[in-house]
Amino acid sequence: MATHTEQLTRPAVRLRGLTRSFDDRTVLDAIDLDLPAGQFTALLGHSGSGKSTLLRAVAGLDHEVAGSGRLTAPETVSVVFQDSRLLPWRRVLANVLLGIEGNEAAHRARAALAEVGLAGREEAWPSELSGGEAQRAALARSLVREPELLLADEPFGALDALTRIRMHVLLRELWERHRPSVLLVTHDVDEAIVLADRVLVLDQGRIGLDLTIDRPHPRSYRDPLLGEYRERLLTALGVTEDHK
Amino acid sequence: MTTGAPPAVGGAADIDAPDLNAPDIAAVEETPQVRRRRRLSPGKRLPASRLVGPVLVLALWAVASAAGRLDPAAVPAPWTVLETGVRLWTDGTLTTDILTSLRRAGSGFAIGLTAGVALALAAGLSRAGEALIDGTVQLNRAIPTLGLIPLFILWLGIGETFKIAIIAIVVYIPVYLNTHAALAGIDSRFVELAEVQGLSGFQFVRQIVVPGALPGFFVGLRLGVTGSWLGLVVLEQINATNGLGYLMFQAQNYGQSDVILVGLVVYGVFGLVSDSAVRLVERRVLSWRRTLSS
Repeated sequence: MATHTEQLTRPAVRLRGLTRSFDDRTVLDAIDLDLPAGQFTALLGHSGSGKSTLLRAVAGLDHEVAGSGRLTAPETVSVVFQDSRLLPWRRVLANVLLGIEGNEAAHRARAALAEVGLAGREEAWPSELSGGEAQRAALARSLVREPELLLADEPFGALDALTRIRMHVLLRELWERHRPSVLLVTHDVDEAIVLADRVLVLDQGRIGLDLTIDRPHPRSYRDPLLGEYRERLLTALGVTEDHK
Repeated sequence: MTTGAPPAVGGAADIDAPDLNAPDIAAVEETPQVRRRRRLSPGKRLPASRLVGPVLVLALWAVASAAGRLDPAAVPAPWTVLETGVRLWTDGTLTTDILTSLRRAGSGFAIGLTAGVALALAAGLSRAGEALIDGTVQLNRAIPTLGLIPLFILWLGIGETFKIAIIAIVVYIPVYLNTHAALAGIDSRFVELAEVQGLSGFQFVRQIVVPGALPGFFVGLRLGVTGSWLGLVVLEQINATNGLGYLMFQAQNYGQSDVILVGLVVYGVFGLVSDSAVRLVERRVLSWRRTLSS
């Protein structure tokens, strides 16, 4: 436990004055942010609020975006996208192995697939998987690299409600076991409250609200104490009482 | 049809108690029988259906020849064609001509295929390559390749080199166009994935670019195979002193329609075998797609 607390004090991601703009429209406006190592953070915002831009900047994927500011992130970063992005011409195991080599890599990939509940589907083609299974395979692909930082860009947005709840449980379990820093981008307030220990609201290119959710896990959607957090987040997102 | 007969309840109720038992009739009216819709698709495929047409044509040809309704000088009987084929094969003329033709088509095809793939990769993977290559090939494509024959004879002489060069050009154009289009069409999300997973340039080409472009490549390959036979026929019938086309051209001069038909059959076998071979390889290599279509 002691080492864990110590880890929390060292930031995994550090943003200083991060600015990004598209065609003179400032999407991220001088953001300062520290994400402690091993913390599970959710980033909420409207569509178009720049939350994906922030994630892509941290992932180093914004090649042709104008911007300034300083940004430090760990060496090993994994990204889970909204679509599973499995290569259709590779079987599931080969997809998990994409980009890693070595003798024990296949062994680790099998273990990761078993961990997400896909043992036995190693030789299936991606087209044979359901949406939830494909996203599990994508999670296995990001885990097998043992990332220090896991970036997830609305990873459950394309799943049905029941599958989504199951994936929430799975993601939280995986985090408990591997303890990467997580930055989960979502527009689903309930998803953020149930999963994350800290929720950020991105509004007009700035962090509008930084909320620590101090409730034990596993959390239930029906926990009345979470309602208070939901209110505050919805208010920060500009959803007032008459909208609900 | 199993749906044709109405359920016993409906029929019995109507006949037995037309007026006495009103609630029963109401119940019948409430649950109308589902009538299966008329099928608009052609339905199940007949077994070996693709052979039916050709076999019928062959049979008609044989019957008409046997009945003496066809001029043997214009359309010889099927068995005459077979006899001529066997005769030409046994005296060695046909084998020599076939080998000559296969060598020409094969060399031209191999060169065209290599050039098409290499140019497509160069144009697809770098902006400089695209600037240099793509426009040039598009221009080349606008000129019908067979129109280059006179110029190539002047440049390369009337020997084998010019024939192989023409076939190579006929082949490389569809291979290039389709492979390049497939490369350009690779999903940018997969490129992003490759960056996230930290693939090297070589790994990216081998694991994402090549497999992603293969479907388009195979379309180009099949067009290229067809093109190589087409080029071969034209070249051999106008500018050759040996080969299958020359054999047919000579037969035309001597009025031997059976020899011409033998040549056509061989061409047909060439085309069929090569296309089937490409399809077989395609099915093997693109086995991941089968699960999508089935």
